[in-house]
Amino acid sequence: MTAAVYLWQVGVCAVAIGLAPLFAGWVAQCRARLQNRCAPPLWQPYRMLRKLFHKEATLAINASWLFRAAPYVVFAAMVLAAGIIPSLTTELPVARVADAIALVGLFATARVFMALAAMDIGTAFGTLGARREMMIGFLTEPALLMVLFNAFLMAGTTALPAIVQNTLAQPHVMLHPSLAFAAVAFVMVLLAENARLPIDNPSTHLELTMIHEAMVLEYSARHLALIEWASWLKLFNYACIGFTLFVPWGIATHGVSLGGIALAMLLLVAKLGVAGAALAFFETTSAKLRLFRAPEFLTMAFLLAVLGLLVHLLLEG
Amino acid sequence: MSAPSLTTQVLQTLAGALLLIAFAMLAERRSRRLVTLLIWQGAVLVTSTLLVAATAHLPHLLFSAMLTLVLKVGVLPWILLRLMHRLGIERDNEPLVNVPTLMLVGLALVIFAFGLAQPITALATTVIRQTLGIALAVILLALLMILARRKAFTQVIGFLALENGLFFGAISTTYGMPMIVELGIALDVLVGVFIFGVFFFHIREQFDSLDLHHLESLKED
Amino acid sequence: MSEWAAASPTVTAVLSLVTAWLCVGGLGLVRPNKVGWIAHVLFPLGAVIALGVAAIGATTWLPAFVAQQAVLPLGLPDLPFHVRLDALSGFFLLLLGSAGTGISIFSAGYFRAGEGTAPGLLCLQYHVFLASMAMVMLADDAYLFMVAWETMALSSYFLVTTQHRLPEIRRAGFLYLLMAHVGALGILLCFGVLHGGSWQMTFDAMRTATLAPFWMSIAFLLALFGFGAKAGLVPLHVWLPEAHPAAPSPVSAMMSGLMLKTAIYGLLRVSLDVLPAGPWWWGVLTLALGLGTALYGVVFAAVQTDMKRLLAYSSIENIGLIVAGIGLVLICRSVDMRVLAALALAAVLIHALNHALFKSLLFLATGSVMHATGERSLGKLGGLIRRMPWVAAFALVGSLAIAGLPPLNGFVSEWLLLQAFLQTPHIPHAFLNMIVPLGAAVVSLAAALAGYVMVKFYGVIFLGQHRESTLAMAHDASGLERIGLAWLALGCVLIGAFPQVALDVVGHVTQLLLGDTAQRGSSWWWITPAATHQASYSGLWFWVGLLAVTGATFVFVRRFYRGRVRRTAAWDCGYPWQTPRMQDSAEGFGQPIRHLFGPIFKIERELPRPSDATPRYRIQIEDRIWLACYQPLGRVLQRVTESLAVLQGGRLAVYLLYSFLTLIVLLVCVL
Repeated sequence: MTAAVYLWQVGVCAVAIGLAPLFAGWVAQCRARLQNRCAPPLWQPYRMLRKLFHKEATLAINASWLFRAAPYVVFAAMVLAAGIIPSLTTELPVARVADAIALVGLFATARVFMALAAMDIGTAFGTLGARREMMIGFLTEPALLMVLFNAFLMAGTTALPAIVQNTLAQPHVMLHPSLAFAAVAFVMVLLAENARLPIDNPSTHLELTMIHEAMVLEYSARHLALIEWASWLKLFNYACIGFTLFVPWGIATHGVSLGGIALAMLLLVAKLGVAGAALAFFETTSAKLRLFRAPEFLTMAFLLAVLGLLVHLLLEG
Repeated sequence: MSAPSLTTQVLQTLAGALLLIAFAMLAERRSRRLVTLLIWQGAVLVTSTLLVAATAHLPHLLFSAMLTLVLKVGVLPWILLRLMHRLGIERDNEPLVNVPTLMLVGLALVIFAFGLAQPITALATTVIRQTLGIALAVILLALLMILARRKAFTQVIGFLALENGLFFGAISTTYGMPMIVELGIALDVLVGVFIFGVFFFHIREQFDSLDLHHLESLKED
Repeated sequence: MSEWAAASPTVTAVLSLVTAWLCVGGLGLVRPNKVGWIAHVLFPLGAVIALGVAAIGATTWLPAFVAQQAVLPLGLPDLPFHVRLDALSGFFLLLLGSAGTGISIFSAGYFRAGEGTAPGLLCLQYHVFLASMAMVMLADDAYLFMVAWETMALSSYFLVTTQHRLPEIRRAGFLYLLMAHVGALGILLCFGVLHGGSWQMTFDAMRTATLAPFWMSIAFLLALFGFGAKAGLVPLHVWLPEAHPAAPSPVSAMMSGLMLKTAIYGLLRVSLDVLPAGPWWWGVLTLALGLGTALYGVVFAAVQTDMKRLLAYSSIENIGLIVAGIGLVLICRSVDMRVLAALALAAVLIHALNHALFKSLLFLATGSVMHATGERSLGKLGGLIRRMPWVAAFALVGSLAIAGLPPLNGFVSEWLLLQAFLQTPHIPHAFLNMIVPLGAAVVSLAAALAGYVMVKFYGVIFLGQHRESTLAMAHDASGLERIGLAWLALGCVLIGAFPQVALDVVGHVTQLLLGDTAQRGSSWWWITPAATHQASYSGLWFWVGLLAVTGATFVFVRRFYRGRVRRTAAWDCGYPWQTPRMQDSAEGFGQPIRHLFGPIFKIERELPRPSDATPRYRIQIEDRIWLACYQPLGRVLQRVTESLAVLQGGRLAVYLLYSFLTLIVLLVCVL
């Protein structure tokens, strides 16, 4: 490995950090258009970050060090996750440090810190949000792992770059029925993990419905900015996981060239555009589930992923 | 493992879709959506039959594909939708057991079916022999659906899904049944649905509902 | 005496250390009520000895090490005690020593006068307990094994009932003793089968004995039952959530962290060392039992309201994961896939070590919390991170580790276990092939639920507002207690950062038991169980990456956007009144689990009505297994014994008649 590879590694993280707010802005814009609302500009999230970073931070009197440290840890976990996922190139040194199982662990770490921080102040909303988040989390985490297992079984590896290389090395396109199951499960997990409809509504502050928003109620200014940024990064990361598993075409492999990266970048933006529009469409056409239906929804995701494994063993094993 | 041909891949994917639809039926609460799923299942079945007919050069399968298309995608759903409309039963349809448990049992059935099909699969020689396990699983899941629902209407849908599974199993192992058997089954199913329809009206007249637990009161004490 | 002289220096050293433990215990009786003497001299001495035991355990992976045996001049005539030090016992001695060091240092600051048993007696029981566990791991014949095993059960029984004046503690102790003996009976019968008619009690003889497949299976099932009862395998787990909370916290830590591992040691010794490879269903049965136990334990842990009971159920979960791993080892061994078996065994051993570290850490932390507040119920704690920052910090490490989060040690064993599950789908058996991925699904579900449980545990105790006003007076742990906690927390961090070292260490054990190791790559930085391009994980670089990115973010934000920070009242959506009672209680936090897994529990609830003047909420969650299996069994036993009570007439002449008749009958038999 040369120094250039490490440079690309930093570049991939930087692209994720930079593009994530844009992607969030794109989804919001699509949603607004579909709902016949006046759409916010694409760069609205950047404006929000700028505003939040310049404000005075208010902290509850009894906030402990955990509360203040959590946004940094969560943000760092998401940046590190972006470094593991081969969104542009498969030549990622960090992806050797942590494979896909560690990636799921990284998401879990971020979730646990978020929930603990939410419980730190001791308000009714914070604990409620933490409890609901953990409820969603304990079902999505194994579901995501099982989705990844489908890919692992196919490629015989848990390293995401190797999975991409394996798919791209096939001489012609292969249809995998097990991946159909995994894809359905993955979309369900993506919606739940990123506080999207039908599990959580990102645009309300109603106590009966909210999960993510309830947890971050006590944060303000730069802490809130980091948390919001981290949640956009999470959405971005999930989208990229989806691309690596199901539509990896365009990701640069075998030697990093500037042209390859440029092409990968172009395709990534195109894929993100389509995925964001699809997400907005899905959110617009579906209604929020009752909270007690959420476990049912997620259990289904989990079982579908497991079913994918079984179908793989039967048909392709 | 050598890469299977494209047709086989498509057929396997269709088999996967069939299983996915069977699971979706297990989880679905609304009758209207159940009928929609049934239509989809029929469509997948028609497509796979056509594919098998084309690859194995079996023109008689074309006829059964047509028959399936007319009956499973056209006539039967139409009858069911009309019935639903007439009876006014588009509302929610709570299963007897909660859905995650149902899905878990379904998963166990799938493992059972796959395990059961494994030795038979090794013997079969048809294009899509591995899919026998899936056909078996679809049949078992449909049976589970009939067991776990309390409305007579949903049970009919389960019955039709079961027939779909049987049909798929027949194609995957022996390239379909003789035409006369197939015609007979098709007629049976059609008549069955008509009779069910008549029954629905009677049940509802008697109890003002299609809920089957009312039938328990018919028991002589 | 000649054998004794011939014993190698390593074995001599470990035996003298065990003897030293006994001596330290005995010294406790010299001045049984002098707390300073016991706390500041004897317990630290015990910690030093524990460190020595760990060091000797560590020598077993020196390249020149070969298994060493010795015969002791103790025991019955013609039935002397045999001891043996090999890689497996060495690893478990390391586990015992390293976790025991931390617990002993903590105990030095923990035990005080005036709590039930006199400190001197407690000191004796404590060190006898440690010594007997070491002897279990060293025993090389069934006789010494059973003697050590029973000593362990008895000494821990006395430790559990330290507060013997409380009736519920006596009850918990009795249940524990009962289950321990039922289990011991199973082990005894297992050894009875294993000698295969040769009546040789050494493990060497048992290894060479040829058994019919049927008797092999019987021996395996008996071992599974006997060691399962000690380990807390469902449905033999009922004593665990009663006994662990009843004991003083360091004792709970020892029982959960160390004693449960002796059962794992025994199971490994019998099923992998003494018995040859068996049929595949051994593995499937063990796997299913383990997975069931893991799920059962974690679901129950999530609804507990007593912090030590919560940890006890979490121990059941971890034991379940370990046993599930053993199941996978047995499956792989039965189809002769040695590398995979070695990988699974490595995961099992590392998880056992991890559990010894973090569970001891958490139990000790609850001890500090109880000393500081006098409360065990989660409903009366909260906000202790501000009053007890040290304990809170160490407990955070333990909680994150047990939740299986990278880059701590819990993740390492989980990662290895999942890798082992993942690489099995080439088993030449259709049904097994389909069951194994399901196992991985259950393992990941249990691990994710463990995260839920730990957020509840940590959040309710250490975060939020004080639920009782007295908590504002809580004080942090003393210096020795902090050192003990720090020792264990350091272990968690180090294994997390250097998993490859742990993998190398257990490689010696897998080499011994299976003839293969899981460590394929030779790199110092990575663990790569299969091949570099297939799976790799580096704990150290993960640490570095996480800390570097966090630090960089911190520096960046601080440097460029240095806004002021203002302290003010919590916002809480603008509600003006906020009381500590508005936080989620422990019951509230467990509610989703209660709802989701409702059929597993037997729930009795008393809900207040809106019109109640003094609303009361009460909920009681009971174990269906206790109600369905143990209570009927207890009733049947009661009835049988009652019918036998007719014999107890109360007249002396009748009793003498019984003796007389017995004598006559025996004499007739002799004729």
